[in-house]
Formats: sequence, structure tokens, C-alpha cells
Amino acid sequence: MSVLLAVDMPYWLQTILRVLGGTVAVLLPAGTIVYVFLFKMMSFMQSRLGPMEAGPYGAFQLFAEVGKWLQKEDLYPDRADKFIFKIAPIVVLTSTFLLVAVVPFGPDAWFTNFEAGVFYALAVSSVSVLGILIAGWASANKYSLLGGLRAAGQLIAYELPMVLAVIGVVIQAGSMNFQEIVVAQNAGEIFGWNGIGNPYILTQMVGFIIFMIAVQAELTQTPFDMPIAESELVSGYMTEYSGFRFLMFFIGEFATAGVFSLIAAALFLGGWGIPFAWFGWDSMDSVDNWMNIVGPLIMFTKMMVLSGIIMWVRFSYPRFREDQLQKFAWKVLIPVSLLNIMATAILKVAF
Amino acid sequence: MVAQNIFFAIFAVIMVVGALRVVTSNNVVHAALWLVTVLAGAAGQYILLSAEFVAVTQVLVYIGAVMVLFLFGTMLTRARLGEETDLNNKTWILGIPVALLLFGTMSYALIDSFGDEKLPENAVVVSTQVISDQIFGPYLIPFWALSFVLLAATIGAIVLARKD
Repeated sequence: MSVLLAVDMPYWLQTILRVLGGTVAVLLPAGTIVYVFLFKMMSFMQSRLGPMEAGPYGAFQLFAEVGKWLQKEDLYPDRADKFIFKIAPIVVLTSTFLLVAVVPFGPDAWFTNFEAGVFYALAVSSVSVLGILIAGWASANKYSLLGGLRAAGQLIAYELPMVLAVIGVVIQAGSMNFQEIVVAQNAGEIFGWNGIGNPYILTQMVGFIIFMIAVQAELTQTPFDMPIAESELVSGYMTEYSGFRFLMFFIGEFATAGVFSLIAAALFLGGWGIPFAWFGWDSMDSVDNWMNIVGPLIMFTKMMVLSGIIMWVRFSYPRFREDQLQKFAWKVLIPVSLLNIMATAILKVAF
Repeated sequence: MVAQNIFFAIFAVIMVVGALRVVTSNNVVHAALWLVTVLAGAAGQYILLSAEFVAVTQVLVYIGAVMVLFLFGTMLTRARLGEETDLNNKTWILGIPVALLLFGTMSYALIDSFGDEKLPENAVVVSTQVISDQIFGPYLIPFWALSFVLLAATIGAIVLARKD
């Protein structure tokens, strides 16, 4: 970032800029996903117009919605465990903000260049389960508790295939650092041809599909929305929440969709980079500085494509039953991803 | 090194208070959440020691998996809201000498092996590759032994849970 602005900034200023950048990187995708996909694409698929009144084509609908939520009373049930009830949405949202910290947006445009970045991302994403579980418990409502328990069972089951799917990428790149994985993809070549680099979606197609299915389940989006199944559990663990605290869950859901799309883009689609051979770059150090401006735009485009797929699946499929959902994770996804790891390791040694 | 010392003190106070509240709070879920605070504090201490892989493992295994399963199990069986009176039993006093004995043994072991040796001023971050070289090199046999313990636990759980 200091290279981007061509001035040497003190450490505290860099830190403040990175924190601001991280906040933008969480909230901007969340807002865009809600407007483009939840409001407009869903309406299109259901043959209606969606919000049209606030701003051109309803573009300011989101501000109206946020204003509405902020005005609502912060209700809590009489028998609820008030302190835990209040901190639960904060735990969920914190996990999302921590998650974006390791996603790189350009050669210098990163928030933190963590050595074990992939491992860190998987670890902090599992913290949100804790928030959901205590939200369901503290609500003093049996529907909320059932929703929280279903969520915990589902998120634990789909955490495993997610971790195992990423291991294939880690083996192929030989690193757990996001920057090194991105560079390895863009500097790579396919049998000596370096025209498009070597995005891991080609070699790790199985891992990519498993990862996206697991992300869908981690986000509790349909067809994996048993925890908030509205026809059975009202709204699951979110039932008793209103006003600002509901807004936090809502932002958390779509911001996490955006951040997981960014992570999938960095792991499988080549991240912020363009194939290095196009400009004669050969490593991280020779990448031009303008990539710090173009990189975030490339990442945003890939994020929109991937979260578009997530939302498309969400609007298209009916809900899984609880036993089907668990069987799918334990009997299909985990064995397939283990086979994928074995195949990747053997091929890595062979080539 | 001053900043590290300040943060060490902050984490240490949080961990001690959390550990005391684990055994004194009147609600199972509250106790479990205080335990989460203690484990998160331990992860923070690992970061201060430049052991980032261990810190991330601490978060992934203890907070993300063990505590979630713990809360999951308690909520399925007996997690009431509000205060409970029957969480203590009469023999709790025996815990104090056991805790003191454990504290004494661990302090002795630490002082005996490190003495007044100091950490280097700018500790090098231990990379994941170094850790894996250690685990799959000199510590391979203990690693296998641990895997067998986990396998045995899994098989035991299946045997207990299956009725047929």
C-alpha cells in the first residue's frame, strides 16, 4: 500500500488504512450482492420487478432498508439470557471481518500477509458457529434452539470437506500463503504454455466443486438452509432478533458470502493476478505497481461471478432434508475430497 | 519487547479471570463461554511468541471444534437458562490441592528446564514447513501413537452409539 501511494507512511497510518480497506472489502460486496442478486436477480427469476421506487431501478432500496432496521426497537425476550443474546450477532460479524484480513487484492494491497493464511481463514470461519449456537440458546425459544443446533451440526459436517478441498490447492502450490498461491497460479504454465497461467480450477476442478458446495452449506443458503427453514422453524436462530441485531446477522450472511467468494477466487481462479507472461513478469517482485489498482477490480469481478453462482443455486433448488444433508457431507463429499488429496499428492510427486 | 509484555499481561489477566469464572459461574453455558475466553487468550499468547501456526491450530481445534461440540452436547441434554444450584458437589474442595500440585509440578518443570534464559528480542516466526518437518521426522512415532489413540476413541464412540 505504501508503494501504491508512492510515499512512506508510518506504521500506524498503514494500519488505519488497512482497517478501513478491510471494512470496505466486507461491506461493499455485501451491499452489492444484496442489491444485484437478492433484490434484482431473484425478482427476475420470479417474473417480477423487485424494488423500483427508491432511486433509479430501486438502487437506493438498501439504504432505505438499513434506515428501517436502525429505527426498529431492540427487542429481547423476557426470559432470554440478555448479555449472551446481545453479543451473539457481534461474534458472527467479527468472524467475517477477521476472515477478510488474509485475502490479498494486489501485490502490495493486502491487509496482512499471513504465512499460514489458508489455515487462518479456515480457523476463523469456524468461530461464527459459536455465535450462531449461543444466539439460538440465549433466545429462550425452542425454535431458535432447534435452529442453532441444526446450524452447529451442519457447519461442523461441512467444515471438514471445505478444509480437505483446500488441501489439494495447498499441495499444488506448496504454500499456505495466499500471495504465494496467487503468484504460483499466474506464473504457472500448462505443459510449457503460459498463455493463461495455471489457474487451479483446471487441475483442482473436484476441489473447487467441493469447496463451493461446502461454502453454500457454511452460509446456510438454500438448499442447505435447514437451520433457518422458515416453514418449520419460523426463522431458526434469528427468530427473536429485531432491529440492528437482525441487521448484523443479515450483513454477516451476505458479507460472508462475498468473503468466501473472494477466498475461492484467490485459491482457484488466480486471485488478483493476470497471467504474468502477458507482461513479461516472472515473479512477485517484477509485478508493476498499477496491479494494486487493477487487482482489486479483478478480485471484485471474480467475487461477483462466484457469489452469483451461490445465489443462483440458492434461488433454484429446494431444501435438503436433515438426514440427506448429513449423508451428503459424510458419505459423498469427505470421501471424494480425500481421494482428491491422494490423487493430487501422487501427481505432485510424479511431475 | 515492551508492547509484548503489556499484551502478555492483558491476556494473562483475562485468562486468569476467565479460568476462575469457569469454575464459579452458575450456568453450564456461561462456564463453557468463559472457557472459550481462556482458550482464545492462549491463542493470543502463542501469537506473542511468534508461533502463529500453533495459535491458528488453537483457534481451529479448541474454539472452532471442541467448544462447539461441547456446547452442542450440553444444549442437547441439559442447558437451562438462568442460574442453577446443583452444579457443585461436596467434594469440590479436593480440587484445590490437585490444582496446587499441578501448578507446582509445572512451575518446577519450566524453571528446571529454562531457568533465567530469555526469549530472543526479535523471535523468528516458525514456518509451517519447519513444524511439519519436525512432526514427520523426529516426532513421527509419537504422532502415529496419537493417531491410534484418536482412532481408538472413534471406534469406541461408534461401538457405544450403535445399537445393532
